[in-house]
Amino acid sequence: MSSVMKVGSLAAVAVVVILLQGSFYTVDEVEQVIITQFGKPVGDPVTSAGLHLKTPFIQDVNAIDKRVLEWDGEPSDMPTKDKLYISVDLFARWRITEPLQYFLRLKDERSAQSRLDDILGSETRNAVAKHELIEIIRTTKDRVPLRDELLAGDDRTANMGNLVPISKGRQGVEDEIFRAAAEKVKVFGIELLDIRFKRINYNASVRPKIYDRMISERRQIAERFLSEGNGEAARIRGDRVRDLNKIQSEAYREVEEIRGMADAKATEIYAQAYNQSDVSRDLYEFTRTLQAYQTIIGQDTTLVLSTDSDLFKFLKGIEP
Amino acid sequence: MPSQQDSGYRSDPWSNGNQPPPDLDKLISDGINRVKKSLPGGGGGSAGNILVILLVFLLGVGVWTSLFTVPSDSVAVVQRFGKYVKEIPPGLHFKFPLGIDKATIVPVKRQLKQEFGFATPGSTDPFQSGRGTNGQLETQMVTGDLNAALVEWVVQYRIADPVKFLFEVREPSETLRYVSESVMREVVGDRTVDEVITIGRQEIESEALVKMQALAVKYVMGISIDQVQLKNINPPRPVQESFNEVNQAQQEKEKLINEALRDYNKVIPLAEGEKDQRIREADGYRLKRINEAEGDAARFNALLSEYQKAPEVTRRRIYIETMQEVLPTIKSKIIIDEQTRGLLPFLNLTSESGAKP
Repeated sequence: MSSVMKVGSLAAVAVVVILLQGSFYTVDEVEQVIITQFGKPVGDPVTSAGLHLKTPFIQDVNAIDKRVLEWDGEPSDMPTKDKLYISVDLFARWRITEPLQYFLRLKDERSAQSRLDDILGSETRNAVAKHELIEIIRTTKDRVPLRDELLAGDDRTANMGNLVPISKGRQGVEDEIFRAAAEKVKVFGIELLDIRFKRINYNASVRPKIYDRMISERRQIAERFLSEGNGEAARIRGDRVRDLNKIQSEAYREVEEIRGMADAKATEIYAQAYNQSDVSRDLYEFTRTLQAYQTIIGQDTTLVLSTDSDLFKFLKGIEP
Repeated sequence: MPSQQDSGYRSDPWSNGNQPPPDLDKLISDGINRVKKSLPGGGGGSAGNILVILLVFLLGVGVWTSLFTVPSDSVAVVQRFGKYVKEIPPGLHFKFPLGIDKATIVPVKRQLKQEFGFATPGSTDPFQSGRGTNGQLETQMVTGDLNAALVEWVVQYRIADPVKFLFEVREPSETLRYVSESVMREVVGDRTVDEVITIGRQEIESEALVKMQALAVKYVMGISIDQVQLKNINPPRPVQESFNEVNQAQQEKEKLINEALRDYNKVIPLAEGEKDQRIREADGYRLKRINEAEGDAARFNALLSEYQKAPEVTRRRIYIETMQEVLPTIKSKIIIDEQTRGLLPFLNLTSESGAKP
């Protein structure tokens, strides 16, 4: 009883474990499996997740992703139709639809990614070179931008705050790249789902010029503000002089009107009183004249009076 | 045979609570080695003993690897032999050990965010901020009037459908970053630089949100996007100064206008007051004139009515009274008789009037 038995039983257990391990394999939800026998694919790809059986030792399991996969291109510099150098960064989503073909043609994902690099890279260059930059930047054809009333000013600056018109737009260009590339990757058992521009930027050599333009644009706005300020201030100063003159002259006019009215009224009152009858006219003349004497005749007056006058007639005698 | 992608999951930081089931082969060989060490002489005991110890050991390991907890903000997605079985709620749970069941913990209730153009330090989510030093690249955008702007923003999202999140797209979080960058550039590309920097911020947020949500649905990422928030938006550094110049000019304009208004206000209300003053004074004159005239008239009328009763005497009286008042003030009075006409030429009229001041 013996070590032979012991070793035998242990060996048997080991063999069973190894056999079981070799003949079962699991398929994850996210993968599909191609069974190869001595490197040659056998049967249809296994796409249902779970536990599966295979012949141990001679069959190998090749898992291939079933999910939507991403492709992220390296940013690369390329010219647009209007000779602007821009740096373009794309991303794409793809999936393996025919695993067998994929497995035979590409073997693994790294080679798939590099094919996508080649195909999408060249299609992007083609498409970008065919379009002006603005077609890649803008999307909505007839969008009317909001305008900052403060900045916009009047029509002189109509060029600013406007969008450059487009005919196709970003999505049109994306579609173009997509259609061209989707056809070419089909042979690899790959379906291209879509591509989108991730980043588009001016190339470093173009940037200073763009900045210069932006600076000049801002400067002209700043200048306009200054001159608007000065203009408005001048207008206010003009208002000041005008309003001052207006107020003062109005005051003068009203004052004279009032005084005139007052004089007229007084004259009317006097006339009514003095002009009642011959007697009143006579009395007025008499009293007013005498009143005037009081002021006309002063200290320095030399008065030569006759004894015929009413006042001194009695100097010569009682009887005139 | 574990696939490459599985190991991708296990390095996922969200599955911290998930103890990956130990590899079967390694466990067995470790166990045998330990048992062998504990029995000196190698195979001195009976095979039965060894098997019992082995079984007990395996059982212990099995129980230890089959219990797991799901945190309260998450659910666990359980796969048996790779096949999706169920979703389980938070709490302590049991699963089959030894790689039969695999539980992936997905934080469905946690509010997640991705930052673009900046990075909050100390985040545990590797997708929260851009990889490497490309923060500057993330922000640079071209606007619809072919200007440049630097845009920073944040996307708030949740994992809405853990099954889709795990099984439909390989890198949903990374894909979300791509989508977000792409959409933000699309939206900014449709706007002028002034809209982007100042007046259009809210519109950009809402339009980007709508577009990202649409793409999240289209891409079946299992992610629901809650908010897009714009952070700093600046013109490129070399241009910033000229944008400030505009602001300064705007201030300067206000200043110039205010100064002119100050001068205006210094003068005009005063003039209005002075106008009123003059009008009121004139009104005073008017009242005075009329009252005086009425007074004079009344006096005259009173006098007149008495005068009419005895005109001759009254006339005479007034005349004499007046003369009495007037004549005394006069220093030189000459009373001549009609008959003495020759006197007049001898009077020194000039010296008389000239000597007296």
